Amino acid sequence: MALMQIAEPGESTAPHQHRLAVGIDLGTTNSLVATVKSGAAEVLLDHDSQPLLPSVVRYLADGSAVVGYEAKAQQALDPQNTIVSVKRFMGRGIADVAKYGALPYKFIDAPGMVKIETIAGVKSPVDVSADILRALRIQAEAALAGELVGAVITVPAYFDDAQRQATKDAANIAGINVLRLLNEPTAAAIAYGLDNESKGTFAVFDLGGGTFDISILKLTKGVFEVLSTNGDSSLGGDDFDQAIGAHWRKLLGLASADHGDTRRLLMKAREVKEMLTAQASAESTLKLSYGQEFKLRLSQDEFWAMTAALVQRSLQPVKKALRDAKLSVADIDGIVMVGGATRMPHVQRAVIDFFGKSTLNNLDPDKVVALGAAIQANALAGNRTGEDLLLLDVIPLSLGLETMGGLAEKVIPRNSTIPIARAQEFTTYKDGQTAMAIHVVQGERELVKDCRSLARFELRGIPPMVAGAARIQVTFQVDADGLLSVAARETVSGVSTQIEVKPSYGLSDNEIADMLKASFNYAKDDADARVLSEERVDAVRLIDAVEAALKKDGDALLDPAERDEIFAAIATLRPMIESADARAIKAQAAELSRTTENFAARRMDRSVADALKGRKLEDMKAL
Amino acid sequence: MTIDFTKNHFDLFHLPISFQMDLAALDAAYRDVQREVHPDKFTTASDAEKRLAAQWATRANEAYQTLKTPLNRGRYFLKIHGIETEEESNTAMPLEFLMQQMEWREAVVDARSNKDEAKLDALATQKNADEKLLFGQLSAELNQPSTFAEARLTVRKLRFTEKLGEEIDDAFEAVER
Repeated sequence: MALMQIAEPGESTAPHQHRLAVGIDLGTTNSLVATVKSGAAEVLLDHDSQPLLPSVVRYLADGSAVVGYEAKAQQALDPQNTIVSVKRFMGRGIADVAKYGALPYKFIDAPGMVKIETIAGVKSPVDVSADILRALRIQAEAALAGELVGAVITVPAYFDDAQRQATKDAANIAGINVLRLLNEPTAAAIAYGLDNESKGTFAVFDLGGGTFDISILKLTKGVFEVLSTNGDSSLGGDDFDQAIGAHWRKLLGLASADHGDTRRLLMKAREVKEMLTAQASAESTLKLSYGQEFKLRLSQDEFWAMTAALVQRSLQPVKKALRDAKLSVADIDGIVMVGGATRMPHVQRAVIDFFGKSTLNNLDPDKVVALGAAIQANALAGNRTGEDLLLLDVIPLSLGLETMGGLAEKVIPRNSTIPIARAQEFTTYKDGQTAMAIHVVQGERELVKDCRSLARFELRGIPPMVAGAARIQVTFQVDADGLLSVAARETVSGVSTQIEVKPSYGLSDNEIADMLKASFNYAKDDADARVLSEERVDAVRLIDAVEAALKKDGDALLDPAERDEIFAAIATLRPMIESADARAIKAQAAELSRTTENFAARRMDRSVADALKGRKLEDMKAL
Repeated sequence: MTIDFTKNHFDLFHLPISFQMDLAALDAAYRDVQREVHPDKFTTASDAEKRLAAQWATRANEAYQTLKTPLNRGRYFLKIHGIETEEESNTAMPLEFLMQQMEWREAVVDARSNKDEAKLDALATQKNADEKLLFGQLSAELNQPSTFAEARLTVRKLRFTEKLGEEIDDAFEAVER
């Protein structure tokens, strides 16, 4: 598809060609991929017409991976090499993972994020997630009969920077161009908002397999403004299964069950939990590896009692989110329920009781996130949709720096609308100090040790000065994906030392490129061909965009010399596209991009001025 | 790249420079700007445009957050009139005010350790009433240049009540846990 977009030399691509873009809900239990077809979002089915892909990966001795239903069916046979609920390990250290209870995996402590030893080698949660994402990409490309321009990948709103970065890395390794990381509750709100043409203030209660999010959004004329978000990135449907499993284990005296039997027990727990959604009691039979059989029974009342504390736990973040939004329950116009775990009647009941009004359930809670992501992906890929959609999302957790005495100083507070940049000034405390250690943390607690450590780096080369004279400006920048980058600069001396950091487990671009090659088992030629194809597509897109802009505003906003410079850059780039030199194409595309900088700035200034001018006129008319 | 960073936040949104704010007009202007500049509108654009969009959207968010909340707006209004509020450096506050603040903070600490939600509610109500009076005063002071200097003290007082509000919120959280 990408290659087909380039027709003959000098001929531009069809102007309104539909670009294939998908939304991916990378879930703890199940994952889905959806797209917008003839104006409507729909979930893409796999070759067996199944909408859901179980987020389960089994690694085999030959190094290959089996993903989905097949892997799920084999989990009890090969628990050590069959990874379920990997999302709970993303961006998490060994101490975090220990909290999830007994797990069958051989965890390896690694800086920042655990790894898992499998029969196919050591896998990081990023690798496992990449295998799931790759399966989804292949499924989507088969269903749509073409290569994807890109995807919107959803993440829990309460994911911290490390978890977000890990998710983006996984997508890149899976060969997916990430158009945007989108918060799951926001995605759900899009699906609901556009369907219902809603207006007002909404709470999205999203209890998934392993994560819980609450977002409070204001909807106005296609603008989705997140007012606050909160959650618990280790609370989900899995915990309800664990509660049932623990109850039965005690009841049946199965304290020493092996990993395979533990899996069998949890699978039965899940089955019974799902049955209890619609019936007052449920039963099942557990058959252990050595042939012993147990009758398992559970009533709704027992289940609700043993999990009441979990349901209560979900309401605390709801209260916090309301407080942060400076709202009370009475201000909420509607409550959107998302995630399979919200099917449980006692969860529904608790939410209805808390808000004092009924919930919105008319879209499938398993699919709504993927559908919303598809709508956003379609818009981001540049397909004209008619709806003018604008998402204004926030960061869920405060970002800060370690200061003297192990205290965390907040630089960007939680629930700040992204993108955002904030600078903070620091100074040296010793005469002649030439370096400064900078420790970036995320979280709400006062002490650094209670926050999550994102990155440490040193600013070196500060000119020697007396203590307190240097001015070190540390700038935090959070982009529209919610990802942080940090730069530090000494401002007094004029010497500017600048460092960009990524969180400890953020992979470098080179590492991702290596993993991409390794994971595809590409011969070098294939990988190079892929890079070349991408550079070509990007170059064509750039030329198209610049030409369209020139046609519209070139005469008004550029003088002849400026216009000639841009034309010359296009004229140089166009014939290069047919060459096989990816590097040269990239360099010349960058050059073209550079020549358009002032033009782009003027166009943006003008579009802002026009937008505000229009508004003022409307106001006048209203008077 | 030439974003005009000399423009103040009021000018950016084509709003009159005043502490009195038509919040509906601010919301509308903010959305109008974000519709034009948000990075989501530039995912297929050139790198130059993407950078520009990120800068513009960041700027719009900063301006909106500053103008939306009255304390930030008041502080910023003084700043563009060349008056620093000296919240970090000037600690000279009326004794009576400080005593009152201390009393309230102690009450919050007590309510927190006694897990007394009703008391916290009462303190929050009291704080809000106090804050409302201070904002009324700030609004009057910022209405005429002759009283701009006095507004500095009011801003510093509001910084205290804001802190108190944060402590009440933290206490609520601790009590609910």
